[in-house]
Amino acid sequence: MQETLDRLIREVLHEDPQVWAGSWVVYAAALLAVGFGLTVFGALVAGLTSWWERRIAARMQSRIGPNRVGPQGTLQFLADALKLIVKEDLVPPESDQMLFRIAPYFVMTGFALTFVVLPFGYHLSATRMNVGLFYLIAVTALVVVGIMLSGWASNSKWALFGGMRAAAQVVSYEIPGGMLALVPILMAGSLDLHEIIRAQGGFPWDWFVFQTPWGFIAFFLFFATQLAEGNRTPFDLPEAESELVAGYMTEYSGIRFGYYFLAEWGNLWVMSAVISTLFLGGWQVPFVSAETLAGWEAAGTVPVAFYGVSTAVFVTKVVVLMNVIIWVRWTLPRIRVDQMMSVCWKYLVPIGMGLVLLAALTEVLSFQLFGDAAKGPAPLGTPRGALHLAFFAVAGAVPTVLFFRKIFRNIRLTGDRIDLTNW
Amino acid sequence: MSPSPVGPYLPLAVTLLVSGLMAAALPVLAHFLGPRRASKVKSESFECGSVSEGSARQRFAVKFYVVALLFIVFDIETVFLYPWAVNFKALGWFGYAEVAAFAATLLVGLAYVWKKGALEWET
Repeated sequence: MQETLDRLIREVLHEDPQVWAGSWVVYAAALLAVGFGLTVFGALVAGLTSWWERRIAARMQSRIGPNRVGPQGTLQFLADALKLIVKEDLVPPESDQMLFRIAPYFVMTGFALTFVVLPFGYHLSATRMNVGLFYLIAVTALVVVGIMLSGWASNSKWALFGGMRAAAQVVSYEIPGGMLALVPILMAGSLDLHEIIRAQGGFPWDWFVFQTPWGFIAFFLFFATQLAEGNRTPFDLPEAESELVAGYMTEYSGIRFGYYFLAEWGNLWVMSAVISTLFLGGWQVPFVSAETLAGWEAAGTVPVAFYGVSTAVFVTKVVVLMNVIIWVRWTLPRIRVDQMMSVCWKYLVPIGMGLVLLAALTEVLSFQLFGDAAKGPAPLGTPRGALHLAFFAVAGAVPTVLFFRKIFRNIRLTGDRIDLTNW
Repeated sequence: MSPSPVGPYLPLAVTLLVSGLMAAALPVLAHFLGPRRASKVKSESFECGSVSEGSARQRFAVKFYVVALLFIVFDIETVFLYPWAVNFKALGWFGYAEVAAFAATLLVGLAYVWKKGALEWET
């Protein structure tokens, strides 16, 4: 951010940023704008996602969904927010007043803070730090504090059970999540989110998902842990409406209640951005190789269009992933608590550990044998490339065939027919 | 990364402050806009329409405590792996062997916890 601001001061205001006292004003203004912008962006994304998810859910259930406020109902979230603000902000007199009031702030700030390091496109993020991913994992833990506080402070049995369940779930899944994130970190050799993206390429076969079998497995497992950390179906036990009323937010009303939902929907963006950064190549644009980019940077002539295109690529990936998460939510039933815990501790933790060791073995072996030359994508003509292709062809074909066989078998058994008239 | 006035960490502090203030502003607004009519029934804690029974400040299952303990142990172990994961090239086979030994210890621990039944949810 500093370089951009310094350039701005030099070229627009014609001052030397090193000596000019006014540069502090520019820095402060930029920082405030960034903080404000990120929070507003998070809220907007959350709002639009809430509307979008309701529309998709309606579509999947042959309903229409919200379509009254604004074109196609796009402004529904503003109406919802307004409604929540003018509702009574109820604080149960028997609750722990102070904790009850501040708990949503933990959720909100923890949510807004994740956006500070998230990349949005080439060179486009509020700040870059060499512990980026680590910071993300740390700051999402703030949300757990908020959940536990609200569960305890509400002085309601539903809230207590919901809060305990939510905390147990989120902290449990943080462990396999952290381990599986190590697989792309090992492949990139950095925790900086932009560096992780730069270690990948523009084409799907340059992404970390498809570079090694470990990355491929880790991608799906990491996706599942992210769903669990975001309390999304099939891991939405903390707020399982049919069992726990509304979980830890049972006693909340008005805008404080809204904050929990804002964070939950906004988290869809955060999850998708993290997954696409770690495994799906982030903002890398096809046909722009690392050498081309390095050449532009050395000459100081990165085309302005590249900023736009890379951002568009990144946003597209994020939106596609968000839609997958929504699709999963309206397709799968909720799993049971004991299933949720055993999936995490008995399967994901040992598998995650094994994947980390195997990924590390592959990386150390290739580094010791070939040096840095073996890094990155393998051209299709080489034996390594052919091996890649063969592996992923089989890894892709086998589950696909099994999936469709199962589906057609089920259809045959129930005597159902495929009805596509709704589309 | 060279030190800079807007450095890598200052945006965090500012965003924390700004988002906290913005989050606090709306409830203040709601305080003036929303109705405030307290009633005895409304202030009871929600128990599906029945009159609420006893305090919620009661004991809950000890398994949550076990999960919290397991989390602390395993999360810190995972954190130990991060510096190695960034630096594993410089450490080479020596580093890999160390981490493999470390992971083996961890897996023995997991096996012990599993055998002890700490991972069984319904007891």
